[in-house]
Amino acid sequence: MENNILLQINNISVVYSDVIQVLKGVSLAVEKNHIVSLLGSNGAGKTTTLKAVSGLLKPENGKVTDGSIIYKGRNIQNQYPEFITRQGIIHVLEGRQPFKYLTVEENLKVGTATRWLKPHKDDLEMVYHYFPALVKRRKALAGYCSGGELQMIVMGRALMAHPELLLLDEPSLGLAPLVVKEIFEIIVKINEEQATTIILVEQNAGMALQIAHYGYVMENGKIVMEGSAADLVKNPDIKEFYLGVGVAGDLRSYRDVKSYRRRKRWL
Amino acid sequence: MDFFVQLLINGISVGFLYGLSAMGFVMIFKSSSVLNFAHGELLAMGAFLFLALVTWAQLPILPAFLITLAGCFVLGFVVERLFLRPLIGEPLIFVIMLTVGLASMFKGILLLIFGGNLNTYPDFLPSFLGIQRGMINIPPVYTATLIIGLTFLAVFGLFFKYSSQGIYMRSVADNQKAALSLGVHVKLVFALSWAIAALVAGMSGIVLGIINGINVHDLSAIGLKVFPVVILGGLDSIGGAIIGGIIIGLLETFTGGYLSPSLRDVVPYIVLVFILLVKPYGLFGLKEIERV
Repeated sequence: MENNILLQINNISVVYSDVIQVLKGVSLAVEKNHIVSLLGSNGAGKTTTLKAVSGLLKPENGKVTDGSIIYKGRNIQNQYPEFITRQGIIHVLEGRQPFKYLTVEENLKVGTATRWLKPHKDDLEMVYHYFPALVKRRKALAGYCSGGELQMIVMGRALMAHPELLLLDEPSLGLAPLVVKEIFEIIVKINEEQATTIILVEQNAGMALQIAHYGYVMENGKIVMEGSAADLVKNPDIKEFYLGVGVAGDLRSYRDVKSYRRRKRWL
Repeated sequence: MDFFVQLLINGISVGFLYGLSAMGFVMIFKSSSVLNFAHGELLAMGAFLFLALVTWAQLPILPAFLITLAGCFVLGFVVERLFLRPLIGEPLIFVIMLTVGLASMFKGILLLIFGGNLNTYPDFLPSFLGIQRGMINIPPVYTATLIIGLTFLAVFGLFFKYSSQGIYMRSVADNQKAALSLGVHVKLVFALSWAIAALVAGMSGIVLGIINGINVHDLSAIGLKVFPVVILGGLDSIGGAIIGGIIIGLLETFTGGYLSPSLRDVVPYIVLVFILLVKPYGLFGLKEIERV
């Protein structure tokens, strides 16, 4: 069991610019080949947690001040992203961030930066197999692609690196429900076929818990709840706050929710 | 008519040279948003290195040329490593002030070693490169400029379009954070862009040295001429730098030829102002792709 843990975050604190504390002791463990979803409202610290893992805190003047991040038995906190990506961790950023002035195919090629030998052809074919919609757009500038296509580009780009651990930050952001469904199906496919471990940060808790094996709920820079996805879906608090279904299935007025909110079980 | 054609040819070759010197400048700006005020001094470094190799070390021309290019490449790499890398993440104005400091330093070193006099290269360009037809006379150095310039353009064009490293460099210019998240060595890209910029600058320094003679002050002043060129062409467009260079070159020679030689340094700037009124990003400046 212990050997199955790919990534272990032990009680980390993250501070930006030496003053702003964002994470206050976050611990989580990610098992190999699992999809783990990280839920929580805006500003809870989900994205910061991912950045702490991928090393992208550094350019933003953030630092892991306490605790440790262990990946495959190795301490990786406060390492440079150049190093961490080469260990097999790729972070797909929130808000998609394509290379606008590069074509779709060039965007994908940047994904091979971490590897020495670059069989572009096979990798490209693999990505087009998961995202067939990209094939006819391969020569187009990424800046002119639609939101759904952009999400496919950035995920495909990450796949080109053959990551062992893929960090997905809000892949459903601003996409139509049908496209979201498609993207999530592809995430499951990647997880099963490529044996890629995935940490999924989502606002769309319903979708995320459907495909995840395990879930964590964050609030105010702390993990407040964890459990297998099946348990979390049944949890009345999760239902209330993240899935939008009342305990009895009836709609509540905003005032009720607010009064209930003060009595959250985990605070 | 002959006079016109002569001016046209002079203008294009001088302009092409401006464009080439500006190309290095654009490359640094594109990858790291740094305005390099030491660009003129980089030109001078190349020119003097070549001078030293040809006159002091008595090397044949071709090896001297290649060694100069390699030397400039290394120089750019070292400059980035020693002076610019510690400033990554600091406000841009610090970095720009640093390049001003670098400019003085290079200038000082060159004055110390070579003095402020005008030097010349021995005449080495084969005369068959010159073209003489009626009243039109194209000196060999202009033909050589065109050939070398076009070769450089083609090589770098292919490099940026097709090679992996070229694509990484463009990706960093495009979205640094995303490039970092994919494991692109951003620092290596910065170093490479300085190295390539210094190489191109050194090459244009040599050619300028052949045309005007080699003098520290003159060559570093050319660095200032880079500004109208790149602003005209668009600060972040390599092709724009070449076109901007040719336009400035043509304006200079035509005003020099038809109006008055004393106006030749002024008119390009006047035209520049008018073009910028119409196209504030320069002729080929990157239009922000916006999704509506």
